Amino acid sequence: MKASVIVFPGSNCDRDAAVALEAATGKPPAMVWHGDAELPNSDLIVLPGGFSYGDYLRSGAMAAHSPVMREVVKRAKAGTPVLGICNGFQVLTEAGLLPGVLMRNATLKFICKDVRLRVEREDTLYTRRYAKGEVVTFPIAHKDGSYFADDETLQRLEGEGRIAFRYCDVQGRITPEANPNGSRNNIAGIYNVSGTVLGLMPHPERLANPALGGTDGTKMFKSLVDSIAA
Amino acid sequence: MTQTKPAITPDLVVKHGLSAEEYRLLEAALGREPSLTELGIFSVMWSEHCSYKSSRVWLRKLPTEGPQVIQGPGENAGVVDLGDGQAAVFKIESHNHPSYIEPYQGAATGVGGIMRDVFTMGARPVANMNALRFGAPDHAKTRHLVAGVVSGIGDYGNCMGVPTIGGETNFDSRYNDNILVNAMCVGLVDASRIFTSAARGVGLHVVYVGSKTGRDGIHGATMASAEFDEASAEKRPTVQVGDPFTEKLLLEACLELMQEDAIVAIQDMGAAGLTSSSVEMADKGGVGIVLDLDQIPTRETGMTAYEMMLSESQERMLMVLKPGAEAAARRVFKKWELDFAIVGRTTDTGRLVVRHGDTIQADIPLSALAHAAPQYTRPWTPKPPPAPIMPEDVPAPNSLTAALEAVMGSPHLCSRAWIWQQYDHMVMADTVQRPGGDAGVVRVHGTQKGLAMSCDVTPRYCAADAREGAKQAVAECWRNLTATGADPLAITDCMNFGNPERPEVMGEFVAAIEGMAEACRALSFPVVSGNVSLYNETNGVAIPPTPAVGGIGLIPDIDWMAKIALQREGDVLILLGRESGHLGQSLYQELATGRNEGAPPPVDLAAERRTGDFVRSLIREGSVSAVHDVSDGGLLVTVAEMALAGGLGVELDPAPEGLTAHAIWFGEDQGRYVAAVAPQDVARILQEAAEAAIPARLVGKATGDALKLPGEAPLSLAALRNTHERWLPEFMGGS
Repeated sequence: MKASVIVFPGSNCDRDAAVALEAATGKPPAMVWHGDAELPNSDLIVLPGGFSYGDYLRSGAMAAHSPVMREVVKRAKAGTPVLGICNGFQVLTEAGLLPGVLMRNATLKFICKDVRLRVEREDTLYTRRYAKGEVVTFPIAHKDGSYFADDETLQRLEGEGRIAFRYCDVQGRITPEANPNGSRNNIAGIYNVSGTVLGLMPHPERLANPALGGTDGTKMFKSLVDSIAA
Repeated sequence: MTQTKPAITPDLVVKHGLSAEEYRLLEAALGREPSLTELGIFSVMWSEHCSYKSSRVWLRKLPTEGPQVIQGPGENAGVVDLGDGQAAVFKIESHNHPSYIEPYQGAATGVGGIMRDVFTMGARPVANMNALRFGAPDHAKTRHLVAGVVSGIGDYGNCMGVPTIGGETNFDSRYNDNILVNAMCVGLVDASRIFTSAARGVGLHVVYVGSKTGRDGIHGATMASAEFDEASAEKRPTVQVGDPFTEKLLLEACLELMQEDAIVAIQDMGAAGLTSSSVEMADKGGVGIVLDLDQIPTRETGMTAYEMMLSESQERMLMVLKPGAEAAARRVFKKWELDFAIVGRTTDTGRLVVRHGDTIQADIPLSALAHAAPQYTRPWTPKPPPAPIMPEDVPAPNSLTAALEAVMGSPHLCSRAWIWQQYDHMVMADTVQRPGGDAGVVRVHGTQKGLAMSCDVTPRYCAADAREGAKQAVAECWRNLTATGADPLAITDCMNFGNPERPEVMGEFVAAIEGMAEACRALSFPVVSGNVSLYNETNGVAIPPTPAVGGIGLIPDIDWMAKIALQREGDVLILLGRESGHLGQSLYQELATGRNEGAPPPVDLAAERRTGDFVRSLIREGSVSAVHDVSDGGLLVTVAEMALAGGLGVELDPAPEGLTAHAIWFGEDQGRYVAAVAPQDVARILQEAAEAAIPARLVGKATGDALKLPGEAPLSLAALRNTHERWLPEFMGGS
């Protein structure tokens, strides 16, 4: 699998994503500077976490209009898998590849901690190594992670099975207490219509090594390797 | 020589924080009356903050050497060897005064400044820590200050993508009007590629990179060198404004350029901005420097030479480039969309010459700025240490369990999760011990090595006896690192004190230096960098002496690292180290009596080292499943924290016969650890401890989901956790 990680000014989880990808694929991904004209041929494009353009204007808003994103949008529309983590999710919504918006957390504060997520689908490129309904632990680290979409959009997402992960408790129950940031329907991540573009606020790359306290994130990268090889 | 020549009146001199005698020295060094710009330059270079004029003679007493030390005090940060060609660069610095005046920006720019000190040396910052002291919870400003400081630290570090992995926070009415915000940064560097500030070579280009210069922070260094009074809030415009996004770009641009053979010297513009950075580079390189202020990128029009030389706008760097390296440097900074300007060159005159328009605004011998600054051996009076008090002089509680709940739920000891959850402590994906343990640990990227770090000082001990308190701060830091299995390497110190012109404050400073020096020597734990913050007082009332110690240690293999969390049902808890039930200056005493009395617990440095070395060897041979040092709150708190962290209860044994029970459970005797070991290893470990002359006894057994003291009802971990985690969020959520 050939992966590319897009680096914007202010990205800061680009290396973390690269390390997790290399661990899963056995080879380092291409690191693509946002100003580069050429985006290499890629089986997977990753938009990493961080504070692209310092979150000026709105989180992800400036990066969505950077030169490389025109090419990313084109590839995504042609079916190349695109994974947006944290700030990458914000960029995907700003670029129109995913619906909705990430608003300021309900607590109005930055939150960094492990959360439990329920895997809503096991039949996608990203999740084939998980079981449906499996409860996994990923960390979150964001201030603007409260997923919002209007009722109609939300209904469509739910109806089309496009919710990837929901915040839940240890038993997998979707409760208000388990919702760290006020996201509607406890949504932590969503897919595009074809299931090839995934945006999520939690960080799978941060729990993809036993020394860091867990490996639940590894299965996402391994799923991608399986899916793309298949 | 200058276009406009405002009269240098005695009043103007006083406003610049210079005494009449200092002004006389200035004129003697210059050989004439200064221009206004020159007066400004002298005032910041001779400020306490930049010149260490009250502290320097004493700081020389600290041990600064060891085989592990690559760079001791005197550069932007200290450097220690990590083996395999790698080194750690680290320093702690105060941003106390600005954080009280404007907590969000004050704390944020403190974090930004300390990270610049680290990456100026070529190191990538890999972890931040902080040590915070706030006033009493019921003081009108405390909540506002906590909220602002925590969010300022978080927003800056989070945006930079550097994890904040620990620290400490105290609430004490003696900090009501003078909070302390001490920020520490640790970076990693290739030991053969360390950059310094010595601008060696004549005729080289001096380059300015980073943000534009504005009128913010003018005279920050002078403000940080004066006492507060009612008018201090009016100094808000002297607090700088931080922009972590620009600093992130500056970090990446500097590290990228450092990969090439382009830089002779580099220095960040921190306190006293362009003035201190240019003076320091030229002085250390043994050259002169001429600056052309017309080339300085400015954010505002019409800035004067005085303003440009004194501005403390953030996220700026000064570099001296190798001949021919200009194009490469320009390309890197253009890529990162940062300002880049050639603003001067090095000369052979030994003078700082500042040009603006077609006039010379300053022309000063560098030796006068860097070395002729006055140095004071200020009068000091020693304070007699308080008499110890006996354990039985502190009343026993009705119930030990209830007393434990009171201690664990108090502002002093309750969970700090509300704070550290606002810090990204996992970015860079190398955090192997998160906040809440004895020390934070990050993996040295791409290796099995771990870098442990901890910030420590117990202000109530220092207030009672600065010498013993400073010793204790060093020892506790060493102990916290040891408890993870690390070899402690070196420390950075942040000396926060009151007005040094008062002999009793100076006496505390001297005592603290002596105590610190003694402990550092005994533990082979030298000081490699640091910062002194004086004048932390308001209307003549000083803070308690607060010598904050930030230490780092090396774990050779993180597979052999200890954490505080109990892990195995049936494990036996062993207390290592001597216990006497010392309740003087303990948290229990404060909560039981409302007072801080008596002598603080003494530190036996030889026993400290012996016990620590023993514990480290247990960790390295895999004989322990959890380790926690005994500190604030005593033995029972230690056990409770181990139980909470692991979600595993403990059945406690009775206190030894003949000792006061509540003093055994809550006494704060130093040099102790609790280790959890498998039952079959107990006899062997007790035997080995006895052979090493280390007192050891059994404390209890890990089991169930409650803490059970002999003769008392069990306290469920769920209830204890609730008590422990409740106070801070409730306090911060209140109004």
